[in-house]
Amino acid sequence: MTWQRDTGLWLGLLALLGGGVIGAYVFATPAEQVIKIGSKKFEFIPNQLTLKKGVPVILQFTTQDVMMGFNVPELGLRTDIIPGQVRELHVVPNKIGNFAFVCDVFCGAGHEDMNGMLTVVE
Amino acid sequence: MNKKRRDFLRLAGLGGVVFASGLNRFALGAEGKSYSGAMAEDFYFVQLSDTHWGFSGPPNPEAKSTLKKAVAAVNSLSEQPDFVMFTGDLTHTTDDPKERRKRLAEFRTIVADLKVKQVRFIPGEHDASLDKGEAYQEFFGNTHYTFDHKGIHFIALDNVSDPGSQLGAEQLAWLEGDLKALSKDAKIVVFTHRPLFDLYPQWDWATRDGAKAVELLLPYKNVTVFYGHIHQEHHHMTGHIPHHAAKSLIFPLPLAGSQPKRAPLPWDAAQPFKGLGFREVDAEVKQNKFELKEFPIKEA
Repeated sequence: MTWQRDTGLWLGLLALLGGGVIGAYVFATPAEQVIKIGSKKFEFIPNQLTLKKGVPVILQFTTQDVMMGFNVPELGLRTDIIPGQVRELHVVPNKIGNFAFVCDVFCGAGHEDMNGMLTVVE
Repeated sequence: MNKKRRDFLRLAGLGGVVFASGLNRFALGAEGKSYSGAMAEDFYFVQLSDTHWGFSGPPNPEAKSTLKKAVAAVNSLSEQPDFVMFTGDLTHTTDDPKERRKRLAEFRTIVADLKVKQVRFIPGEHDASLDKGEAYQEFFGNTHYTFDHKGIHFIALDNVSDPGSQLGAEQLAWLEGDLKALSKDAKIVVFTHRPLFDLYPQWDWATRDGAKAVELLLPYKNVTVFYGHIHQEHHHMTGHIPHHAAKSLIFPLPLAGSQPKRAPLPWDAAQPFKGLGFREVDAEVKQNKFELKEFPIKEA
C-alpha cells in the first residue's frame, strides 16, 4: 500500500486533531524528503523519479503554464497541478518496481507525450 | 442483418470483417417491443471515430484525404445505414481557438457529403478539452444527449469536456434520471469517446469516474457501449456489458502497454491506411444480437 494525501487534507486534519497519529498516516516531519516536480507543456521535470521502499517523501508539484494532472495508476497516486499553487502528495512507497506516471488532464497537442517513470528500489 | 444485405456484402467484396464473439444478446420482451412500445426492427448504423481533422505528420501522410475516403466508402454501401455516429476527436487539437473553429467547420463540410443525413456526433478531448466544449457546441450542439431509434434507447455521453476526463456529478445525475425512466430489460446503446472502464490508465485510456456510469448501467440487462479514443478495435466486458472500441481514421495506436510510449504506429507505405477503418453495427433485433463488421480504408 502506498499512502498519499493532499496538503489541504493534511492541514485540515492537523487543525482538527492537533497532531499525532491518524490511523496509518504518520505526520510529516522535517526529515521527510521533499522532491520538487515541475511541469510545463508537455513535460514533467524531472520525469524519472527514484524512491526507496518504506522511506516517506513529499512529492511537491507546480506548473509553469496550464493545469496538469499527475497520476501513477498502479500506486493509486494522483493530484491536480494547478497554476499558482503548490500541490503535495505524501508518499510511503511499499512496492518495488517501475511505475509509469502520466498527465491525466488534457493540456494540448503534446499531452499524449507527457509521462514519466517512478522507480521504487529496496 | 437481412440475407439480401449479407449477400451484397459478400458479393461486393467490401472487405468487412465480422466480429463474431462476445455479441450482445438483446432480451426482447414478450411482445418484442422496447420500453417505448416501438416495434423492434432490424437496422444498421455506422460508427466512425477519431478522424483528427487538421492533423499532419509522418503517421499519416494522407491525412488530408483519409476522412474523405471514409465518407466515400460509407456512401458506396449499397444499402445506406439508418444513421452515422462519430465517436469523438473529430478534429486534432490546437491551442488557437480560431484554428479550432476552422477545423470543426471543415470537418462539418466534409461529412456533409455523407448520403445518410442522420449524422450524430460526440466530442473527443481533442475537440473539447481545452475550451470545455465551447467551440464544439457552436457547431454540433449538446455534448451529451439521448435519442430513440427502432426500439433502442441511445445515450451519448461526454467524458472529455472536463479536461480531467470526468463525466462529472451533473452528467451522472442526468444519466441516472434518464435510466430511471427505462425498464430493466430496455435495449440500451451508449456512445462515449473514452473507455468507461480502466483500459490502461498509464496511457490515459480511462474515464476517471467511468465506474460510476457503469454502476448505473449494470442493473440494465441489455447495454452495449461503443467508444473510440484508443485508435484500434478492442472488446471488453464489464460484467454483462460489452464495450467495443473502434478504429481511428488518422493513425493506429499500439496495444496497451506493448511499447514504452503510446506513440502512433508508423505509416506503412507498402500498406497505406493499414489499421484504419470504420465499423458497421447491425442491430439484429429479432435475432437478439448485434453484429459488428470492420471495414478498412482503401487506397483507391
